[in-house]
Amino acid sequence: MDEWSASFHILSMGPIWAYIIKGTVFTLVISVTAIALSLVFSSVLALVRNYATAPQYKPLYLAAVWYIEIFRNTPLLLWIFIATVFCPVPDAFGHPLFGLTSVETKMLFKAAVALTLFETACIAEIIRGGLNAVPKGQFETAYTQGFGVVGTMYHIILPQAFRHVVPTLLSQIITTVKDSSFLANVATIELMSRVRKIMSTAGMYNGTGTINVSDVFVLYGTAAAIYFVIDFSLSLLVRHIQKKRGTI
Amino acid sequence: MFGNMFSARAWELVWSFRGTFLLGFWHTLLTSILAIAMSLALGLIFGLMSSGTKTSLKAVARVYVEFIQNTPLLLQICFLYYALSFSGHGIGILASGIISIGLYHGAYMSEVFRAGIQSIPKGQFESAEAQGFGYVGMMRYIILPQTVKVVLPPMTNQIVNLIKNTSVLYIIGGTDLISNTYSFVTGVNTGGAYGPAYLVCGALFFVMCYPLSRAATIWETSLKKRDQMSAAKE
Repeated sequence: MDEWSASFHILSMGPIWAYIIKGTVFTLVISVTAIALSLVFSSVLALVRNYATAPQYKPLYLAAVWYIEIFRNTPLLLWIFIATVFCPVPDAFGHPLFGLTSVETKMLFKAAVALTLFETACIAEIIRGGLNAVPKGQFETAYTQGFGVVGTMYHIILPQAFRHVVPTLLSQIITTVKDSSFLANVATIELMSRVRKIMSTAGMYNGTGTINVSDVFVLYGTAAAIYFVIDFSLSLLVRHIQKKRGTI
Repeated sequence: MFGNMFSARAWELVWSFRGTFLLGFWHTLLTSILAIAMSLALGLIFGLMSSGTKTSLKAVARVYVEFIQNTPLLLQICFLYYALSFSGHGIGILASGIISIGLYHGAYMSEVFRAGIQSIPKGQFESAEAQGFGYVGMMRYIILPQTVKVVLPPMTNQIVNLIKNTSVLYIIGGTDLISNTYSFVTGVNTGGAYGPAYLVCGALFFVMCYPLSRAATIWETSLKKRDQMSAAKE
């Protein structure tokens, strides 16, 4: 019983909470940034894969297909490892920032790049699903109204495609928040890695000098609760939207 | 620049340590197969529970799915592994991996099965009951065989995700493909051959996953075509 109260004692420390909450903020910022950037890249990829089928666009089309297939069929962790070795870091991320050391900000940039590259392929396939649901007549009507190819895509087709896939895209944010925990393998920035770090030195904080099984429950339980609150509220939102649409 | 991608020595190094990669490949394959079996079994059980009529069973399945789907697999595997180790009941890295990956994807599989069972018209259940089938017989002979076509594409996609997710073993010190690759490129005697090693690792994952995701796409397309044809007939 003493072990349990010692474990809960860790959670009563202000600096520990500040550390965990900062990690949560990083988790959210990394995920939202990766999703926002991926949306832009993946729209281009999806449009190219779906519509650049004319022979003169063959290289572009093949590039889009191979990008999507390669990233969809290899694990995120591999791309994180690859980015840590190969990804160049701009000077803006080369020095201490947001309370992180310069090594960590570099890692943050690289990991965010890896996550963006990976999610781009996933989201491209989701958007393609939306594009396929847009009736063909929409293209023909847009062209007869004098829209060019880019105008048609940007003003007519993409907005409709996005409308179709809003629930799936929101679910992908849930996945991205979870996927961002893979960064714990290379750096101590986001929630998962920070809890792991507290865990590895729990003996120092709980006052017993050793790491006990109760620490595992309390610390990882806290992390699970935080992830659950974020992801479950998103999934409730998804269900709300789907329900609303079902009645229309 | 390219992590010794074009260095003959680096490729020779990868070749002479091919055993490391093959062992990792085998461990990833083994973990995947056992975890797939576990996730399918769990998925079927909880899928049946959540598409049934008993409210209490439905609630249990709901809690399982929501809890698992809304927390990261990495957290779950750390929790399982360390909780067992620190309480003196350690079951080893590979077994911890198989159980946590199986549990995680079991939740996704159960949603796949639930969607499949719910896609079957109500009349099928009623006529099966009218013909005197019990619950097990009805599911076994009437309902589940009809769900196969609907369930197959998302199930295969989940299997691909599962294979990719075996990379979580790295955090508890596994010897799967990605962990072995990483220890190879950072090892004292073998370090530096980043380019060739990551290429080999990626290629091995691609070889496992691409045929499956390709098959899923083909099944999905043929399913959609058939739906359109039957819609046109009506």
